[in-house]
Amino acid sequence: MKFAFFPGCVAKGAAPELYTSTIKVAEILGIELDEKAMESASCTGAGVLQEKNQLLGDTLNARNIALAEKQNLPILTICSTCQGVMSQAEQRLENEEYRAQINETLKEEGLEYTGKTPTRHLLWIIVEEIGEKKFKSLVKRKLETLNLAPFYGCYLVRPSKALKFYENPERETCLEDLTEWVGAKVTDFPGSKACCGFPILTINEKVALKMVGNHTSSAKDLGADAMVTPCPLCHLNLDQYQNRAAGMMKREIDLPIIHVPQLVGLALGLDPEELRINKHIISTKKLLSEISLRP
Amino acid sequence: MVQTAKKTVQITIKRQDPEIDGNKPYFQDYNVEVEDWFTVLDVLIKIREEIDGTLSLRCACRASICGSCAMRVNGQAKLVCKTKLSSVEKDNKILVEPVGNMPVITDLTADFKPFWDKFNAVDPYLRPGSEAPEAEYIAPNEDMVHLVGVMNCIMCGCCVSDCTVLEVKDNFLGPAALAKSYRFIADPRDNTENERLEKLLDDGGIWDCTRCMQCVEVCPKDVDPMSRIMAMRSNSLNKNMNKSYGARHANAFTSLIKSSGVLNETLLILKTKGFFNIIELIKLLPLAISAQLAGKRPPFLSHSIKNKDKLKKIFKKLENK
Repeated sequence: MKFAFFPGCVAKGAAPELYTSTIKVAEILGIELDEKAMESASCTGAGVLQEKNQLLGDTLNARNIALAEKQNLPILTICSTCQGVMSQAEQRLENEEYRAQINETLKEEGLEYTGKTPTRHLLWIIVEEIGEKKFKSLVKRKLETLNLAPFYGCYLVRPSKALKFYENPERETCLEDLTEWVGAKVTDFPGSKACCGFPILTINEKVALKMVGNHTSSAKDLGADAMVTPCPLCHLNLDQYQNRAAGMMKREIDLPIIHVPQLVGLALGLDPEELRINKHIISTKKLLSEISLRP
Repeated sequence: MVQTAKKTVQITIKRQDPEIDGNKPYFQDYNVEVEDWFTVLDVLIKIREEIDGTLSLRCACRASICGSCAMRVNGQAKLVCKTKLSSVEKDNKILVEPVGNMPVITDLTADFKPFWDKFNAVDPYLRPGSEAPEAEYIAPNEDMVHLVGVMNCIMCGCCVSDCTVLEVKDNFLGPAALAKSYRFIADPRDNTENERLEKLLDDGGIWDCTRCMQCVEVCPKDVDPMSRIMAMRSNSLNKNMNKSYGARHANAFTSLIKSSGVLNETLLILKTKGFFNIIELIKLLPLAISAQLAGKRPPFLSHSIKNKDKLKKIFKKLENK
């Protein structure tokens, strides 16, 4: 399985552990990542650029996808937000007139967006492409002692139409499914598909902190040892701002937040340090001792 | 006569009554024999009429026109008259609760006062600037047709029920009121666009939405409130209403992508807050230190994409469109 690898800005910036762990697990999962194919690709706009200019945002996404298409490769991303923003652009680009307008701009660079190149998050690829049977055969370390709270991030669950849940109903529960495949127990908590508050963090920190505090504390109180997320932006917020949120709530939370490839890597038998699980703000020491691994 | 299949489904209802146990919510299960064509509303009416006459709920048209019967089914807001039981039951069970973000009166009926107060706060009526014409106000069809979607709102409250910001911030105007505001801002006959937009820049207005898309997902009429909020953000930025942190964030983000093709998180925060906004920057210091200690402080100077000039050309062509 070869993909044009689109890690997104945050995996190359504030969450380098996501990038590193992805490279490690891809190798074992038999996923070949061609990052060179996307070296001219830009940020998706994360929904923010689209606030200013949707046509510009959609053109950048069409361009990114066309770059992969030129190499005849499907896209793999590791960011929920990148996936959601691409899917929303793809939905609008189904309109022929709009597509032609955007292709007119892309033509100058020798590119064309046809809509035939699939864009998928690593989590979807694991669940849809690799599948339960093969994945479980690769598991070397069953994480049976762990209770994990899934946290999807808005962009990987809504709007379900743009994300094509009607064609791929397994996307609705893919994170819970993966959690079970690694042998862990799912902590069912109300916020798993809610907003972490990241998009409003620099605009209204109090609102974002309340969201972080509500989700992490309710997962913790329901018995979670950690939270797992496919979204690096949620990770940034839930991990880096958790102590501040706890302070605001005047309580302790102390819930480690791990990335999907880090969870997968642990199950595949990789060393926690290789996965940079020690590189989080909320300590993962206790979590690793739960699975008898020294931090 | 058409044969239909019958089965028994367990309906769990969140109930609450000011006269019982100090208004404390509790859950009650009903086992109901249903037909395969039943909507959730059909089941609730059957419970009220045949099993438990004390159950309180609102409904009127039963045809997704009046907007009376919004409730949460399995945790998500829906018009229950439009929701087939078979589309939501899992293992012959469903959970029905009143709408969120509004106070409950009894059982499944909520007090919509906060909804209407916010709705009224955006002046939900046409304010033409000129004197009234002798006959009707005339507007070209193409200027009005794009408003059809937003005019479909039946004010059922589904979007407000599931809005994630309203859960933590009472004074947010919310998706319904903001979509209605857009409906008049984008109406060519209204003459108060700037005044309306200025008002929405305040706390509780357009910049408080987190873009979580709950309102898009749950709206039974495809009103797409979030896109209306985004359109107003775009509109206000085009009018150089750039003072709020929200506007500064969008402008900074765009300029960073334009210059290197990728996002630089450090510069984004500094540009949004202001390089000389000492108080805000001091507040950020502990976070920067903890990120540094964890070995994950983002680089101050990020890399650029290859063929940056190609991207710049696209910006040049489209940024003012």
